[in-house]
Amino acid sequence: MSAGPMTTRDIVLKAENITKQVTSPEGPLTIVRDVSLEIVAGESVAIVGPSGAGKSTLLALLAGLDAPTSGRVWLAGQDLTALDEDGRARLRAERVGFVFQAFHLVPALTALENVSLPLELAGRADARRLALATLDRVGLSARTGHYPRQLSGGEQQRVALARAFVTRPAVLFADEPTGNLDTANGTRVCDLLFELNRDLHTTVVLVSHDQTLAARCTRALHMDDGKLA
Amino acid sequence: MRAAILAVRTLAREWRSGELGVLLLALTIAVAALSAVGFVVSRVGAAVELQASEVLAADLRLVSANPLPETYLDEARRRGLATAGSVGVLSIVFHGDASQLSSLRAVSPGYPLRGTVVVAAETFGAPENAAGGVPPRGEVWPESRLLAAIGAEVGDEVSIGAANFRVGRALVTRPDQGSSFAELAPSLLLNAEDLPATQLLQPGSRARFALLFAGDRDEVEAFKAWIGERKQAGERVLDITESSPQVRDATDRAGRFLSLASLVAVLLCSIAVAMAARRYVQRHLDSVALMKTLGATRAFTLTVSLVQLGLLALIAASVGAAAGFVAQAWLVRALRGLLAVATLPPPSLMPIVMAIVTAFAVLAGFALPPLLQLSRVPAIRVLRRDVGPPPLVIWLAFWPAVIAIVGLIYWVVRDVPLLLGFTAGLAAFVAVLALCGALLVRLTGSLRSRVGVAWRYGIANLARRRAESVVQVVAFGLGIMVLLLLALVRRDLLEDWRASLPADVPNFFFINIPSAERGDFLSFIDDAGAATSRALPMIRGRLTAINDRPIEGLSFDDEGLATREQNLTWTSELGDDNQIVEGGWWRPQDTGQPLVSIATEFRDSVGVKLGDRLTFDIAGETYVVTVASIRQVKWDSFQPNFFLVFPPGLLDATAGTWMTSAYFAPGKPRPIAQLVRRFPSVSVFDMDSILGQVRGVIDKAAVAVQSVFFFTLLAGLTVLLAAVQASRDERRFESAILRTLGASRRTVRAGVLAEFITLGLLAGLLAALGASIGGYLIAKYVLEVKYTFDVWVWVWGLGAGAVLVAGGGWLATRSVVGQSPILTLRGG
Ligand SMILES: Nc1ncnc2c1ncn2[C@@H]1O[C@H](COP(=O)(O)OP(=O)(O)OP(=O)(O)O)[C@@H](O)[C@H]1O
Ligand SMILES: [Mg+2]
Repeated sequence: MSAGPMTTRDIVLKAENITKQVTSPEGPLTIVRDVSLEIVAGESVAIVGPSGAGKSTLLALLAGLDAPTSGRVWLAGQDLTALDEDGRARLRAERVGFVFQAFHLVPALTALENVSLPLELAGRADARRLALATLDRVGLSARTGHYPRQLSGGEQQRVALARAFVTRPAVLFADEPTGNLDTANGTRVCDLLFELNRDLHTTVVLVSHDQTLAARCTRALHMDDGKLA
Repeated sequence: MRAAILAVRTLAREWRSGELGVLLLALTIAVAALSAVGFVVSRVGAAVELQASEVLAADLRLVSANPLPETYLDEARRRGLATAGSVGVLSIVFHGDASQLSSLRAVSPGYPLRGTVVVAAETFGAPENAAGGVPPRGEVWPESRLLAAIGAEVGDEVSIGAANFRVGRALVTRPDQGSSFAELAPSLLLNAEDLPATQLLQPGSRARFALLFAGDRDEVEAFKAWIGERKQAGERVLDITESSPQVRDATDRAGRFLSLASLVAVLLCSIAVAMAARRYVQRHLDSVALMKTLGATRAFTLTVSLVQLGLLALIAASVGAAAGFVAQAWLVRALRGLLAVATLPPPSLMPIVMAIVTAFAVLAGFALPPLLQLSRVPAIRVLRRDVGPPPLVIWLAFWPAVIAIVGLIYWVVRDVPLLLGFTAGLAAFVAVLALCGALLVRLTGSLRSRVGVAWRYGIANLARRRAESVVQVVAFGLGIMVLLLLALVRRDLLEDWRASLPADVPNFFFINIPSAERGDFLSFIDDAGAATSRALPMIRGRLTAINDRPIEGLSFDDEGLATREQNLTWTSELGDDNQIVEGGWWRPQDTGQPLVSIATEFRDSVGVKLGDRLTFDIAGETYVVTVASIRQVKWDSFQPNFFLVFPPGLLDATAGTWMTSAYFAPGKPRPIAQLVRRFPSVSVFDMDSILGQVRGVIDKAAVAVQSVFFFTLLAGLTVLLAAVQASRDERRFESAILRTLGASRRTVRAGVLAEFITLGLLAGLLAALGASIGGYLIAKYVLEVKYTFDVWVWVWGLGAGAVLVAGGGWLATRSVVGQSPILTLRGG
């Protein structure tokens, strides 16, 4: 464990002056500017703001999918900026779960195989049993053998939720988890999300345009033009 | 391990998306092409060696004019080699009052170690293989013409030297009888243990002793070296490399040519593999990014793809090698008869190794670079779709492919200059083709405004996917071109052959006609209704000196032609198949003068020129003659011809025999059997069967080469498939949009069909053009025959191109075009 300024044991995610700059045809572009934040275990945080504000980029930086141009990020006690890509991947396999707007299931794998995939990547022996249990939890025990294209959008998102929670991650990141769903299905997925957040004591960081979803979170961070308001 | 399990588990579903199928097909065809040729080459090579061994009746033969010591036999047996002995001696065979000079062969148990002795139950009877090659004691097997000459039958008694023998069978052929005209005396086989009883072997009798050895190749080589250190003066070792070097050279070269031809197919397949691999990468960008998000390392995702492709390579190697094996069985059947060996030895397993290496080399060269690229796609792609892997470094994409192909070429040719030549030639050829292809595609694009909507859509598609279109036109054009070219060359060869042989070309050769019987013989042929050509005397002599320098001290390009006993002739007439290239033909005043006319072959290999003085030993007399003319001889006229021709009046008194040839019209009775009985010493050569064989050789060789190039056509098809696969999603989307805009399913289909027909026509055009130019060049510079323009080349080229490409493309896109637009636009 790296020696970060982990003063409070409960801080599971911490960003310190992170900035993300990219080069575009019109010259350098700063998408995330000097963002610092701390998130405590068990919290649910919503990042909200207008389109193009840099919400998805910030989420990617916090989750270690991308490296910041400057600044540091600690996730579950590890300094992400000190790890290489494969090191971050290993950390993700153990401590992080994801849910995306466009579901992102592996089309070649069944629902059950999709859910057990992260367990297998982390080398867990009881992958199948845990995956079945989690699929049952999201109400899909009857569809375990189905492939993603045989499932509806709501069902696919529930598989994605099961996959995100099956490793009992320290933090769950979600980018517009209900963006592609109708209200009824969206609510159902939200209910599940918070249920799992509560039961498993998982920290949730999500990006959403959905006001009701954001309102159900314990905290909301407002973002505009790359900065937290 | 986890990666491997995942790879296997998803492979079945990956299969459905199509590109793995194309990849597998391309790899399989590449492997099949290379291994089919590899199998054939290995079998034919082994057969040629076997055939060469049969000529020796052994793998190794030690010959001497003196008896050979037992120590050789003991050592050979100690080394586990099979052995046999043979003694050859000339003697008269008597039957009652009739007698005939014969070449006796006394053979010991085991003979022949290679090949078989063929016998008949009666004189000129049906040939059958003798169970063993050695007659039982007290029995001899004379040739039929010997029996005819002395008026004996199977079962009669004959006497040889001091002993009497029963004629057990009639000898048809023995493997080591030699095919040169030198061995003219009819031969007879007897048991070696009977030889002492004949008392023929006296000091000074001219016998030839031989020991025969056969066995495992390495053992034979080691034994040969052992003999080499001990053999005495006058003892000579013969092995298969010496017995027929030309045949081996020719097979080696043909084998290499076929292998290179199959490499063209491999190259095309590699292009298909590269296209399929690219699509594989495109389709897997999302999955790999997702796996990385879920915690997979780069090595893990790379392993998944590598295991999948490795499995495919294994499948392709096995299926391809099996297909190659079946193809070679077929090829070998087509080639049967080209070789004297009745049953070909089984193929070696080397081509299977080759198959596996090929599959992996092609994958490593053409699929690995994009896969390495795939594993670099960043995880962030799950949030931002436009993020792909970093751009491929060009040398990384290019070099593995070049190394793989050049490596394969080297593996086949094993010769650096040839490798460089072939590679450069291939690169230039492909570049020219690609240029032509690009030009054609561009020209077609300008037709766009003049055609209907379906064709416009089709042609627009070709122009838009220009690079792919050019690749397809070239791949297909190449396949069709080589097939057309071969058809042309084969036609030219056969026509040239036919044109050079008038219908009444002599089909029987007679040699060894005694001078005294010449008149009788010629009238016998006349009475039989056949037309004889010129009759020439045949005298044996030996060259002993050139410009008074003994030939022992000289060296020659072709030792044999200078030092062996020659057949000589004299005549006053110059046949029209002979053309004087230097000096002049006999004038009346040259009669009886010490002059000689030589053939260009003799000039070239012995190295003499006009005006040189040659000394000959002819029947014990020495003749010093001056080279007065040099002739270019058309040997394939099937007329009697000689390297050395003397003027009339010089050798007339020398004892010799005569030779002639005759034409027996087909369908008429050929009294050859009566002829042999009446003139037993005359040797008969049936040219009809030889002529037929030559024709057969050309046809069979053409079939073999064409079937190898058939793989090239198949490879072209896989390129088409790969290209169609690559454009599948795009096509699906386009057709959905077109149909949403109100185009009927038929219009969309007509557009697709128009696209492929155009593509096929372009490939056919390229093929016909290339084949015509290639055919012209080959006719003019290689075969040196007149080139005849063949319009069928164009008909076939364009027709085959259009039908094959349109058919293949149509089948491959049918499902895409037929799909309902709703399904497509919803992303199903
Ligand atoms: N690699 C990059 N290169 C160039 N521009 C980028 C890159 N990554 C992000 N951007 C730009 O940065 C801005 C922020 O992007 P981001 O996806 O984070 O926005 P967002 O807040 O998630 O918007 P939305 O609500 O529409 O999803 C956008 O204008 C985007 O085009
Ligand atoms: Mg976003």
